[in-house]
Amino acid sequence: MSEGNREPFGEALRLTITSDTSNVAKVRATTLETAERVGFAETDASAIALAIDEAVCNVIKHGYSGRPGNPIDILLEPVRDDNRIGLQITIRDRAAHVDPAQIMGRDLEDVRPGGLGTHIIKTVMDEVEYKHRQPEGMRLRLLKWIDSQSHIDDCQVDCSGKEKPADD
Amino acid sequence: MTDDDKCVKDVRNEGANIVVVLSGTVDMHHTPEVHKALVSACNRKPQNLVINMEEVTYMDSSGIGTLVEVFRRVNGYQGKLALCGLNERVHSVFEITKLDKFFKIYDTETEALAG
Repeated sequence: MSEGNREPFGEALRLTITSDTSNVAKVRATTLETAERVGFAETDASAIALAIDEAVCNVIKHGYSGRPGNPIDILLEPVRDDNRIGLQITIRDRAAHVDPAQIMGRDLEDVRPGGLGTHIIKTVMDEVEYKHRQPEGMRLRLLKWIDSQSHIDDCQVDCSGKEKPADD
Repeated sequence: MTDDDKCVKDVRNEGANIVVVLSGTVDMHHTPEVHKALVSACNRKPQNLVINMEEVTYMDSSGIGTLVEVFRRVNGYQGKLALCGLNERVHSVFEITKLDKFFKIYDTETEALAG
């Protein structure tokens, strides 16, 4: 994976679950732990975990129509570019194709149950990209940056938990 | 779901009002239980339906959606719905969805009952 100057660093983590709502807590906990290890503050890490919760719930509810036992693959990758560190999460399923243009957060002035998850995802994450997989399924790529150069300078621990070598 | 895993900790009458105490994680896995308890409480048409969330550690959009539906039911019989005791993390979900101004949110159960 490399987009522009963006590159992975540290260890990626892959989770494969089935489309059972009882599995979402595990995804949330793993995302929270990974985000904090990458260097996100607790508030931001919690928001990322919420966004991933919403994305996985959307796959279960809409992609698989609530049917349990279907595969969902989640890849958590620490990434960095010239200035920033971030966390990229890719969620893959084998559900029916949905037109990415039709996946949008709704008008919040219209207060009603449902439809809030996509709004949360788009509010929390910096990049949200839906794509079709072939022959079936969807891929959702989400990315959140830590917007702090000073953080990168101060960060002496990479996401694998190992000490980074000090600069000469 | 075990008893320890349940979100609905208590439902009690306070005069013409009903207080529902929630705890733990109110996510997609647990909202059916919460929905059932809150709809049951609505059907008794309390003057004030207070949802005490002091012990709720996490809530996602499925939990929020349930509360919106309950608000509509309560509003339908001219009752009032009040939430109380939201921690910072839970409150932030209401802020993201811009529902923090829609619901009546109080710090304490006493204030919610008086409101």
